[in-house]
Amino acid sequence: MAIINLANPSRFLALATRTIPWLGGLTLLVFAFAINQAMSAPDDYQQGATVKIMFLHVPGAWLGMLGWLVMTVAALGTLVWRHPLADVVAKAAAPIGAAFTLMCLVTGSLWGRPMWGTYWVWDARLTSMLVLFLLYLGVIAVWRTVEDPSRAARAAAILALVGALDLPIIKFSVDWWNTLHQGSSIFRMGGPTIDPSILIPLLIMALAFTLLFATLLLAATRNEILRRRVRAMRLMQASAAA
Amino acid sequence: MTPLAAILVRDMRLSVRVGGGALMGVLFFVTVVTLMPFALGPDLVLLKRIGPAILWLAALLASLLALDRLFAADHDDGSLDLILMGRMPLELVVAAKALAHWLTTGLPLIVAAPLIGLLLDLDAPAEGALVLTLIAGTPALTFIGLVGAAIAVTLRRGGLLLAVIVLPLTVPVLIFGVAAANAAVGGTVPFGTPFTVLCALSLASSAVGPFAAAAALRQEME
Repeated sequence: MAIINLANPSRFLALATRTIPWLGGLTLLVFAFAINQAMSAPDDYQQGATVKIMFLHVPGAWLGMLGWLVMTVAALGTLVWRHPLADVVAKAAAPIGAAFTLMCLVTGSLWGRPMWGTYWVWDARLTSMLVLFLLYLGVIAVWRTVEDPSRAARAAAILALVGALDLPIIKFSVDWWNTLHQGSSIFRMGGPTIDPSILIPLLIMALAFTLLFATLLLAATRNEILRRRVRAMRLMQASAAA
Repeated sequence: MTPLAAILVRDMRLSVRVGGGALMGVLFFVTVVTLMPFALGPDLVLLKRIGPAILWLAALLASLLALDRLFAADHDDGSLDLILMGRMPLELVVAAKALAHWLTTGLPLIVAAPLIGLLLDLDAPAEGALVLTLIAGTPALTFIGLVGAAIAVTLRRGGLLLAVIVLPLTVPVLIFGVAAANAAVGGTVPFGTPFTVLCALSLASSAVGPFAAAAALRQEME
């Protein structure tokens, strides 16, 4: 089906209703396999069992960034093609991306406590993720402040595009800032190359989380369309009563 | 007088007259810096070390103050509609308004910064570096804030939203501004490295900002 056909919300709803159970089921299956793989993966020789946190932490970081990418593409859809679905997808992607970014921050913090002895370090990676999280909250704030949905969509789209330009600069400048201030004690999260016995479960886990991301995005998009229909019906009802 | 010069002069007049925020920004800047020693203690050694950071942070906050009125005042009295209908490219008009905003809020901060720096025991090289970095960096703050101001123009609580969406985007400017100011008084990095990046940030945001802000205004005012 061409992407232009999805501009019709009814067609999209039909597609989403058909797809969501299958995608959700697939997500559950892959998660079952991934959790099994992750649990049977060997402990790290230095970090012990805490290395298991990585199976939540790394997918959270990847999908937190993927969320902004989805918003950027949707922003182009909103501004360039005026695709009605793009507005809805952009709105649905923001809280999901923020949730994954928060997951990355929280698990990283819990991992940092036993490994580094502190919940938080002003390290480059941590800081740039925190800024990404703040930017997500800003986009959500725009959605919640502008009353008219289509105007909110365009304001949020411009913010998403400016953010997409600025995010690499923030990342790069934060890296630079870190090396300037604490050259002696840089925490290398990636460290040496990961052993395949841990890397493969990690990749399966990332796949499971990506499927979860897709399912949630599809479901949230469907809910948003339904929410807008309810809004339109309420407005019609109110104007008929008046 | 060309239309752009007219807009520039008009905006500058409005901001220095009653109800304008030009000198309020400087007052805010001075007040924030004055509050710092009460929070941190009057230790001059400490204040001297973190002085450039304090001044940069205060300048960042002060530059936000007048931003929410940048387009909102024009929107209220209808002149924004005239500007949108006019023949001048909106991007240029927006850039002229940004320039006026910088001249009336950024420039007074730069003048006030060395005086306030004396209270934080900054010596001559640090003062010079601070002024240079503020000259190079505050245009970036204005042009990044411009986009936020355009997005928030029609909102009733726009000022609050503006701060939330603009501040995270200014992280690089703050990092390189403070880094350059600190590099001038010592440290391992030569002054030129962060300073050039700071200039690049200002130039890049002055190239992107007017287009993004003009796009936002067109979308908002439809």
